[in-house]
Amino acid sequence: MSRALRIAAPSLLGALFLLGWEWLVHARGIPPYVLPGPLLIGQTLVRDWTSLLPSLVITAQITFAALFVAATLGLALAILFSQSRVIEMSLYPYAVILQVTPIVAIAPLIIIWADNLWLALLICAWIVAFFPILANTTTGLNSVDPNLRDLFRLYRANRWQVLLRLQLPTAMPYFLAGLRISGGLSLIGAIVAEFVAGTGGASSGLASRILETGYQLQIPRMFAALVLVSGFGILIFLSLSLISHLLLRRWHEERK
Amino acid sequence: MQKRFPAGVTAVEDLSLDIAEGDFLALLGPSGCGKSTLLRLIAGLAAPSAGRLDWRADVTGRVGFVFQEPTLMPWATALRNVALPLELAGTPRAAAERQARESLARMDLTGFEAAYPRMLSGGMRMRVSIARALVTRPRLLLMDEPFAALDEITRHRLNEDLLRLWQDERFTAIFVTHSTFESVFLAERILVMSPRPGRITAELHIPPEDRATPEFRTSDVYAAHCRAVSHALSAAMAA
Repeated sequence: MSRALRIAAPSLLGALFLLGWEWLVHARGIPPYVLPGPLLIGQTLVRDWTSLLPSLVITAQITFAALFVAATLGLALAILFSQSRVIEMSLYPYAVILQVTPIVAIAPLIIIWADNLWLALLICAWIVAFFPILANTTTGLNSVDPNLRDLFRLYRANRWQVLLRLQLPTAMPYFLAGLRISGGLSLIGAIVAEFVAGTGGASSGLASRILETGYQLQIPRMFAALVLVSGFGILIFLSLSLISHLLLRRWHEERK
Repeated sequence: MQKRFPAGVTAVEDLSLDIAEGDFLALLGPSGCGKSTLLRLIAGLAAPSAGRLDWRADVTGRVGFVFQEPTLMPWATALRNVALPLELAGTPRAAAERQARESLARMDLTGFEAAYPRMLSGGMRMRVSIARALVTRPRLLLMDEPFAALDEITRHRLNEDLLRLWQDERFTAIFVTHSTFESVFLAERILVMSPRPGRITAELHIPPEDRATPEFRTSDVYAAHCRAVSHALSAAMAA
């Protein structure tokens, strides 16, 4: 499929959908507090931009901070696992427990325990984002070509050289794939945790905006906040894909 | 010497072999005859279950290994791939790069130093792999069916290059193959192996004066040797 079609086809579908939506709202006379049309949502987004932007910044801060901590800790722990089977066997089950426990269920506890809300949200987002990076990187570090491993053995490479020159480069595509998954997950974690925390003060993120517009029946503004959340999620995914492409294009054939 | 695997398979049994320095030895046999296992035992990548290896010369750090696949690091350029054995041994980067360049030049790869493996053809990747094995100036070069996956024209050219290199440098070469023609073209000593359990059933020699025949590959002498080796191989498979 050509590149142009790959962009044109979904764009056309999206445009048709928006047109249909706008038409439906007008033809049926649906009130904006039930379903606002895309035009009204756009206008609200422009009008409320200055009041929504600070919330977006807070959500973005939590998301990126969580992603950064998840990437750093995930990578560090995966390296530790690759160096010691005993450590891996002892810790991995707990990483799995952390992963399978629904974040909504433990968010209230974290919010009670953490000193401030920002930190609590960061921890929640981190818990959600952490596992894919750990699991992927661990797989990557263990996926070394056996012949290359033999080659390193033959030339008497030490553990450190094997890690730096063989295991980490091998794990790179796996780590980046994990990072792309975790980018979206840390946003979800940040939003979900904020929902659990409830409506905060003026300094809270996009989820608080969505909650409060729900209570106040300001549905166009709620949609505007939703558009920001999705747009931000797409932006994270695209940037991480770009980073991944730039890092891997020279040697990874399927990345072409 | 003997090698058993935990699954109960005996790959190599009652094997005794003496290799002189500067030999070009071919291990010829069908798949499953333990020739790759024998090569790994010699390389020290596997330990024998019984028996031992004695070294007459110290080859520590002077062993090159060429795998069936090029086995290059896809994230590194040809130059970095070839420089790897030196860098692992702690050679300073500049010196390692200079020697890697020389090694690539010997394999006719000048100009491809900055190329990544995926940009190179199968034959060129194998050349890079051989350049890497030669970069440490090995005294022992072990090759595990290195040209099996290549087309015939490329294989012939690499055979000729390898022979020229060996004649120039006189390292000890052990070449695993399942091709009669390749073994006769390259080796002075051909050991024919039989499968399950792997053992040596015949040993043939190609005298240097025969190899000096002009157009050796198309000569009658070559054909006669191939016939003899082929008979020995059939006998090994029937055994």
